[in-house]
Amino acid sequence: MKSKKHLLAAPYAAWAVIFIVVPLCMILYYGITDKQGAFTAENILAIASPGHARALWRSVLLSFVSTVICFLLAYPLAMILAAKKENNGSFIILIFILPMWMNFLLRTLAWQTLLEKTGVINSVLAFLGLPAMHMINTSSAIVLGMVYNFLPFMVLPLYNALSKIDDNVIHAAKDLGANKIQSFLHIILPLSVPGIISGVTMVFVPALTTFVISTLLGGSKVLLIGNVIEQEFTQASNWHLGSGLSIVLMIFILLNMVVTALFEKEET
Amino acid sequence: MPKTADFTKKIYVALIFIFLYAPIATLIVLSFNASKTRAKWGGFTMQWYVSLMQDETILDALGTTLLIALLSAFIAAIIGTVACIAMSGMKKKTRAVFMGVTNIPMLNADIVTGISLMLLFISLGLRFGFGTILLSHITFNIPYVILSVYPRMKQLNPSVYEAALDLGASPLTAFFRVTLPDLMPGILSGFLMAFTMSLDDFIITHFTKGSGINTLSTKIYTELRKGIKPEMYALSTIIFVTVLVLLILVNITPDKASKEKKNL
Repeated sequence: MKSKKHLLAAPYAAWAVIFIVVPLCMILYYGITDKQGAFTAENILAIASPGHARALWRSVLLSFVSTVICFLLAYPLAMILAAKKENNGSFIILIFILPMWMNFLLRTLAWQTLLEKTGVINSVLAFLGLPAMHMINTSSAIVLGMVYNFLPFMVLPLYNALSKIDDNVIHAAKDLGANKIQSFLHIILPLSVPGIISGVTMVFVPALTTFVISTLLGGSKVLLIGNVIEQEFTQASNWHLGSGLSIVLMIFILLNMVVTALFEKEET
Repeated sequence: MPKTADFTKKIYVALIFIFLYAPIATLIVLSFNASKTRAKWGGFTMQWYVSLMQDETILDALGTTLLIALLSAFIAAIIGTVACIAMSGMKKKTRAVFMGVTNIPMLNADIVTGISLMLLFISLGLRFGFGTILLSHITFNIPYVILSVYPRMKQLNPSVYEAALDLGASPLTAFFRVTLPDLMPGILSGFLMAFTMSLDDFIITHFTKGSGINTLSTKIYTELRKGIKPEMYALSTIIFVTVLVLLILVNITPDKASKEKKNL
């Protein structure tokens, strides 16, 4: 029976090698070779050129800010939702999954309508006699788009982690004289660290690498590293350069994982 | 004091809810807007819903999107479930390798996954189109299935399966009559998650589709410059309302669900 069970691993193993491992190796290969197939580090070092470095820096900054905002918005929300034990969670999860059934591009596009110069928000401001705000095609608009699109990815893992905390642990802390802030800092927060880690990763990575949100809400004015890579593949057709920059991106994703893993070790 | 705290909490949840659903409300309003430009309200109309029925390019894209989502989620559910069964019998280290590889498409950036698959398909000489989109979607869907089936797999009681064997069931019968029904909730939620992700994907499809074929996402992306057809708003409103109604129907039959729970 055991040997038969091992045979069952074959289809997925083959699939994973062909469609996950080999493609990544191809990016590595393209990233460290030039058009003649000779080894070069140029594609990776190209990140240091002023244009690329600026795009990368902007991506890191905006995705960092978005992650922090998502965390600050999601944590209280997840705590409130987790305290309502009676509605077994499925309803809450549905509320956050439901928007995904309306196309991601259309949802982001709808923010254009809301943020535009003559858009809904400015109309409301004008109605209230307040001055119009310039919102579309700014970095803030991109951050808003990121927070909007990725907030569910922060809420769901936090909610999962927080709803697993045994109430008795918190009661015990209270009985032992801890006040609300102490029991939050010493009990709730440390116990929710796994949720925080996966939430941070699931927001930071897509925010760091997006090119759609910046195209839709940043106009063509704010280029992110994702836009640069996308253009190398679809317009400039320099796959080697695009792959080289993708490798840099993957290094950043790995760094993020290492940092969060270290943080996890320290906390627990 | 507790009353004001309760009130603040409710306000907070309501604000987040408005934030999440404001764009959706906007899209629904736009689908009834007689003016073709997004910026102006030109009065109420149903015309986009009528012309949607005659718009073959949109209906084609809808068909492709649904077919890809259904097929890729289904195939991913099979491959993923089989992989979970295999993993349950593995040594810890081998299983860790499998789980690590499974996590790659989840943790990696969509743009990198899309590009890497595009490079693979080019080097294999595949013709870009329905097939390449399907292969890519299966690839990013399998992890969702595994991550929802495997935890259930660990909770299974192996002695039930062994009891079935002792009572004379063949391993295959025992699997289909005992193990599979126990795994089913996990497989179903994995399938649904995969279906949703496939439906909502743009980035990976963008890199792995050929010319001449479009899913709804890529169709919308090509329309960005010319302006989105209002029929698109009508279609997404229909999809959204359909799903909403289905969800409400599923949720207001708690009697059945609790009965099933008792049976488990």
